[in-house]
Amino acid sequence: MSVHTLPLPKAGCAEPDIIRERGQHEVFCGLTGIVWLHRKIQDAFFLVVGSRTCAHLLQSAAGVMIFAEPRFGTAVMEERDLAGMADANEELDKVVARLLDRRPDIKMLFLVGSCPSEVIKLDLSRAAERLSRHYSPEVRVLNYTGSGIETTFTEGEDRCLAALVPELPDATSEAPELLVVGALADVVEDQFARLFAEIGIERVRFLPPRNSRELPAVGPNTRFLLAQPFLGETARCLTERGARHIPAPFPLGAEGTTAWLGAAARAFGADPMAFRHATAAAEARAKRALQPFRDEMAGKTIFFMPDSQLEVPLARMLSRELGMEPIEVGTPYLHRAHLAEELKLLGSDVQLSEGQDVERQLDRVRASRPDVTVCGLGLANPLEADGLTTKWSIELIFTPIQGYDQASDLAGLFARPFDRKTRLRV
Amino acid sequence: MQLTVWTYEGPPHVGAMRVATAMTDVHYVLHAPQGDTYADLLFTMIERREKRPPVTYTTFKARDLGSDTAALFKSTLESAHERFKPAAMLVGASCTGELIQDDPAGLAKAANLPCPVIPLELPSYQRKENWGAGETFYQIVRHLAALEEDQPVAEKPQGRAPRCNILGATALGFRHRDDVMEITKLLKENGIEVSVVAPLGASAADIARLPDADFNVLLYPEIGEQAARWLKRTHGQDYTTTVPIGVGATREFVAEVRRLAGLDALPDRSDAGRLPWFSRSVDSTYLTGKRVFVFGDATHAVAAARVATEEFGFELVGLGTYSREQARAVREAAAAHGLTALITDDYLDVEQAIAEAEPELVLGTQMERHIAKRLGIGCAVISAPVHVQDYPARYSPQMGFEGANVLWDSWVHPLVMGLEEHLLGMFREDFEFSDTAKPSHLGPGERVSEAPAAEPALRPLAEEGPIRIWSADAEAELKKIPFFVRGKARKNTERFAAERGLAEITLETLYDAKAHFAR
Repeated sequence: MSVHTLPLPKAGCAEPDIIRERGQHEVFCGLTGIVWLHRKIQDAFFLVVGSRTCAHLLQSAAGVMIFAEPRFGTAVMEERDLAGMADANEELDKVVARLLDRRPDIKMLFLVGSCPSEVIKLDLSRAAERLSRHYSPEVRVLNYTGSGIETTFTEGEDRCLAALVPELPDATSEAPELLVVGALADVVEDQFARLFAEIGIERVRFLPPRNSRELPAVGPNTRFLLAQPFLGETARCLTERGARHIPAPFPLGAEGTTAWLGAAARAFGADPMAFRHATAAAEARAKRALQPFRDEMAGKTIFFMPDSQLEVPLARMLSRELGMEPIEVGTPYLHRAHLAEELKLLGSDVQLSEGQDVERQLDRVRASRPDVTVCGLGLANPLEADGLTTKWSIELIFTPIQGYDQASDLAGLFARPFDRKTRLRV
Repeated sequence: MQLTVWTYEGPPHVGAMRVATAMTDVHYVLHAPQGDTYADLLFTMIERREKRPPVTYTTFKARDLGSDTAALFKSTLESAHERFKPAAMLVGASCTGELIQDDPAGLAKAANLPCPVIPLELPSYQRKENWGAGETFYQIVRHLAALEEDQPVAEKPQGRAPRCNILGATALGFRHRDDVMEITKLLKENGIEVSVVAPLGASAADIARLPDADFNVLLYPEIGEQAARWLKRTHGQDYTTTVPIGVGATREFVAEVRRLAGLDALPDRSDAGRLPWFSRSVDSTYLTGKRVFVFGDATHAVAAARVATEEFGFELVGLGTYSREQARAVREAAAAHGLTALITDDYLDVEQAIAEAEPELVLGTQMERHIAKRLGIGCAVISAPVHVQDYPARYSPQMGFEGANVLWDSWVHPLVMGLEEHLLGMFREDFEFSDTAKPSHLGPGERVSEAPAAEPALRPLAEEGPIRIWSADAEAELKKIPFFVRGKARKNTERFAAERGLAEITLETLYDAKAHFAR
């Protein structure tokens, strides 16, 4: 087990004792991000260059989406593609030509790297440049990696958005602009847009946009707010373009949403009265909606197995707003700077873990017998069969949970397994 | 490179997982990157298993490449053995593991574990899931059921009941759980004992006992045939060649196992479940000549084609498989029906073939279920890949006489019931029997008139011929024809008009065509 210490964060919050493990990771790779990204950017197509395994994973993760002519596919490499590099590029060009010929509605094409394409060193960034030259201006071709050797689950979105950053036009106006970064459900995005308008922040754009032709501009006047905790690379690229990050906790729960909106309001010098006016009623409504869940969940212990990097913000929301007690909060990667505000709120006595040795972690789960274990679908039923209650984690990515009006839906996701346990008499 | 959205089969190491998960004390160590654990959820979610599959992944990452992935493999293997203490281990690589060429076999040998370690060579870039399952089972049998030197083949003692093994059932197999129960019962009724079922439910010690049986029952050739052949070569065990799906095939299967067991042939028995009578009852008359399209793995597709024609009285209008390894059997079966088999693993080819054949019922996989839904055709599932609802709680074999009963219910259900079909013809202008009403057995609600136009497919369907102009009254008359034959009537009329060079289709043309094509 290799333990390397990271430099202490400047925020000055206590350095908690973190379990760092390596071993078998029971997690998805970054390709899974395609499942929600292709619904978000409506004229983009995601072409994975990979193996049958990659196609099989997407099929398993996308469930019934596969049957709706989805805007993703896999160029499955065959034995002859592995023989020589030039050949693989020609094959890829043929697949792309066929695809774009059939799908004239596609305006942006992502070539998505996978473990096999990276191990054979197929240079997809050069392929993307070549194909972009060929198909511009109709279609822009970009590239990022979603491979398991590089990315865990939601990091696929991070790499995708980071690949979009160089494509963003330069901001021309002098006025400051707010950029909200991270794919959110449309309903949540619309709520936030309304709230920002009421707070008095006039110029707000979202990344990713719903359409590849509507890329938000970026420049030194851009302040950006992360809507998701797993966007380290995207934030770095935006900073390189001169944009400045607004540190904030993430918009989960009533408190988290207010703090997140508040960070933006302060950064834009919004009128505090306007801010209260815009948020007070919605915040009170969210707290009212959370109350019955608090009665039910207070004092219950919760164990997070690593999955999406949402674990720390979720643990903060569940402990502070529902009174739950985190036993261990596992995350695939702990971004100290982006989580600084969250860690302050979570408190330093919570056991964090980064990375995973799934067998050892399961030993800890069985030893501590938490009231609820948040884990992936490969582990949920086996733990239930052992008499534990689980909440499967992927639902936390596929369900709208951010913002005031989704706070009770978020609490409901954790309460439902208990509700079910109390109903069943067999 | 092949552009793929939907794949009928996973990669070969998933086949190996299906075999390992089926067994009780075998552990598989897979050299694979982070993310390949997604396959675990096929077993825990789709099949609802209560245990994780017995697979440990090395989970190498980019930073491990070029350093010591081999050492990582070795330490993973040792700690998996330490933790799980299996009776035998499988070692191999997933598609990415194959590319980094670490030689799991050599590394496992060097680790010198105190249990048999079986190396798997599964070429991920040429082969697929079923092949991987078959190869894995074969390697396990070859390693664990090998002859000791100078060990004579045991003679069957006098008076002992005949014994067989059942080969081929795995985890994630379509109805394997209940097929094994049904066939075990059938063998018992015939005085034949089942010695070992493998891989499903077998231990490493059970595999070693395989040679003790008199013969083998091969239920799923895709997975068990290679092992069955080796057992025949090495231990002189014959194996069955009839797959007992449907009444006729089950009768032949019984005759075959009795012959292999050295028992007398039975007189023709009428005891064959309910299908024969249900199929002869008058409500089933309307099934006669219904056009059916069949697609699936080779074994289930060939069996379904026979059952559909001989036992339901359907007309077979298409037969195909995604199992390239078994294409020959499907080609022969199709030729016997005067058809050309469709051998493809591209669902768009299947979609096109179904659209062109215009069947009234599709028998296929989860994918054909969706294709049929899009085309507005009834469908029943006969083969993997399938989704969670096809791993049912209730007893639902496909094999044996109870299996035939299950086939009857599940294939007839999507069709409009006989009497209702009659009423639709009779009162076709009646508002409650109009096209927009859903068939009554599918519950209340509106029929979706036109399949919602999805985004353009990756490939257009077959080019339409020149569209003929329909006169208003002919168009109105066409609407009075029940929806499930209307497409056919439209096409036939247009073809009839085209052959005669008619510019417009009138009421007369419609009825002339009807007379011409009278079924």
